[in-house]
Amino acid sequence: MMKVLEGIAASSGIAIAKAYRLENPDLTVEKKTISNIAEEVARFEAAIAKAKAELETIRARTLEELGEDKAAIFSAHLLVLSDPELLNPVKEKIETESVNAEYALRETASMFITMFESMDNEYMKERAADIRDVTTRVLAHLLGVSVSNPSLISEEVIVIAEDLTPSDTAQLNRKYVKGFTTDIGGRTSHSAIMARSMEIPAVVGTKSVTAEIQNGDVVIVDGLHGKVIVNPSVEVVAEYEKKLAHFEAQKAEWAKLVNERTTTKDGHHVELAANIGTPDDVKGVLENGAEGIGLYRTEFLYMGRDQLPTEEEQFEAYKTVLERMEGKPVVVRTLDIGGDKELPYLDLPKEMNPFLGFRAVRLCLEMQDMFRTQLRALLRASVYGNLKIMFPMIATLDEFRQAKAILLEEKAKLQAEGVQVSDDIEVGMMVEIPAAAILADQFAKEVDFFSIGTNDLIQYTMAADRMNERISYLYQPYNPAILRLISNVIDAAHKEGKWAGMCGEMAGDAIAIPILLGLGLDEFSMSATSILRARSQMKKLSKEEAARFKETILNMRTAEEVVAFVKETFHIE
Amino acid sequence: MAEKIFKVTSESGIHARPATMLVQAASKFDSDINLEYNGKTVNLKSIMGVMSLGIPQGAEIKIVAEGSDAEEAIASLTETLAKEGLAE
Repeated sequence: MMKVLEGIAASSGIAIAKAYRLENPDLTVEKKTISNIAEEVARFEAAIAKAKAELETIRARTLEELGEDKAAIFSAHLLVLSDPELLNPVKEKIETESVNAEYALRETASMFITMFESMDNEYMKERAADIRDVTTRVLAHLLGVSVSNPSLISEEVIVIAEDLTPSDTAQLNRKYVKGFTTDIGGRTSHSAIMARSMEIPAVVGTKSVTAEIQNGDVVIVDGLHGKVIVNPSVEVVAEYEKKLAHFEAQKAEWAKLVNERTTTKDGHHVELAANIGTPDDVKGVLENGAEGIGLYRTEFLYMGRDQLPTEEEQFEAYKTVLERMEGKPVVVRTLDIGGDKELPYLDLPKEMNPFLGFRAVRLCLEMQDMFRTQLRALLRASVYGNLKIMFPMIATLDEFRQAKAILLEEKAKLQAEGVQVSDDIEVGMMVEIPAAAILADQFAKEVDFFSIGTNDLIQYTMAADRMNERISYLYQPYNPAILRLISNVIDAAHKEGKWAGMCGEMAGDAIAIPILLGLGLDEFSMSATSILRARSQMKKLSKEEAARFKETILNMRTAEEVVAFVKETFHIE
Repeated sequence: MAEKIFKVTSESGIHARPATMLVQAASKFDSDINLEYNGKTVNLKSIMGVMSLGIPQGAEIKIVAEGSDAEEAIASLTETLAKEGLAE
C-alpha cells in the first residue's frame, strides 16, 4: 500500500531507493547460567574480534573521507576493545560465576559507564557515551542482532531514522546514501544543514517515518516539497523519475551560470556568496560559482576534539580558505560557541537559557586568551587573500568596540614582531540581536559592514526557540516585523556608505530574494548549493521594480499576506 | 623495574587523543606498566584507566614499568610524551 508522509523539505532534490532503518537494536540481556566456560569465553573473544574489524573499517573510511581528526575517536574506541581492565574482568566473571558473556559484559561495562557518568566534568561524562557505543557493538554481535552503522552501508539506500546525530551524518557515504528522512528536526537542525552541504535530498520532521517504513520498502524522498512516499505505485515511480529528470535538467541549466556575475535584469550587480564550515567546503563554493564566502563558521575548528585548536592549526585553515578563494572576499565569523553548540573541554556551566546566555562574543571577551589566539591566526592569514572579520552576537556598541580594540592590539603586536598583516581588513558585525538591528544607524558609523544572521534574529525577535517544534509556526522570516528590522539595518548601512549582507537561511530563499533585493541588500550568503538557483532567479528580476514594492511590503500586517503578495507579483511557483 | 616522573605540559591535560597515543605506545611492551597520579595507580595499557584519572595540565605523573623490557618501555614512553608535546 502506498503511503504519503509530510515533513519539512530540508535539502532539495529527489531520491528513490530502498529504505535502510538506522536504529538502536533490542539489546535486552538475560542472565543465564552456562556449562561450557571455555566456549563462552571463546564466543566473547569472537564478538570482540568482529567488533574490532567493523571499527577498523569505520576508522579507515572516516580517515579517508573526513580526516585524522574525526578518525581519532575510532582509534580510542578500538583501544577500549583491547583494554585489559575491561576484557579481563569480563572473562573472570564468566569463569567464576558461570554466567553468559552478554551478562558479564553488560555488568562490567555499566560499572565503567557509571564511573565516567558520575564524574563532575562534561568531557568525562561524554566518555561514558563512548564506552556505551563500543560495548553496544560487542553486545549486538553476542546477541546476533545487527547494529546500524551508517558508514557500513554499501548499496543505494534512503536512510530512515528518528534523528541523525552529527556523527551519524558525517558517516553517511554519499555514494550509497541517496537521501534521508527523519521523525524529528527542522530546516535549521544540524542534520538538515549537513544534508544541504552534502547535496543529499532530505525530508525531516515527518514525526512518523520510523513507524511507517520497514527495511526494504521502496521510498521516494521529495526534498523539493517535503514529501516522503512509501511503496509508491508504478505510476508514481514513473512520475517521480520524470520529476527527477526535470530537476537534473534544471540543475544542468543552472550549471551554465557558474562563471557569470550575478546581475539583475536591469543591470544591478549583487554579490552571491556561500556559507562554509571547513576549508573542505571551498570546493563546493567554487563548483557552484559563488562570488565570495559570506560566512565562515569557525566553530567547527573547535568542535569534535578534546582541546582548543592551536594558533598554527587555525592559521593553516584560514590561509587555505583565503588562498583557494583567490582574492574573492572571505567573511570570517569569530568563534560563535555556546547556545546549542557546546565545547565539552571548556567545561562551561549549564545554563537555563543557553541561547540568551554566555555565548559567542560575550564568551570571547571574557576568555580572551582563546579569542586572541584566533585573532592572531586570522591576522597572520590576512595577507593570503581578501579577509573580512565579523563578530557574532553583538548587542551593544561597547562589545563591538572592545572586540575591535583587541583585534587592533593583536595586529600591533604582530607588526612589532615583524609579521606581515594586511591593512585592508574590513571589520564588521553580525546583526542577530534586535537591539543591534534597531540601533543600526549608530553601529553603522563604526563598523565596515553588517551581516544579518536571520536564524537568530527571527528567534530573538519572535521570542521563539527555533529548536522547539511546538512553536515552529513562530519562525516567520516574512513577518513584517522581521522585514522592517532588516530594512532598517540595510538603510542604516547605506546612509554611512557601508554594505549590508545576510548570511542566514533566508538569503537563499526564493520568496525572500525579491523582497531583499527590493530592500537593497548588497550581499546574499547561502548554502553553496543554492547559489545557481538564486543567480538564475536574480537574472530575471528587476531591482527597480522590486524596490517599488518596498513600502507596500513593509506596511503589510502578516507573514501570510507578504508571502501571497510576493508569490503573485513575482510569479513564484 | 624502571620509573620516571613527568610534568604534564599539554594544554588540555591527558584526555582522549593523548591518552590513546600513550596507551598504544605502552601496549607494545611486555612489561607491566602503571601510571600514578594523585595517589591513584592505573594500568597504562588501559585506555579507560588512563582516562578515568582526568589528568590536567601541570599535573605530576609517575610511570612505573616492571618486566623484561622495562627500561626500554620508559625510554620509549618518554619519547612519545616529548614528541607529542604532552609532558616533559
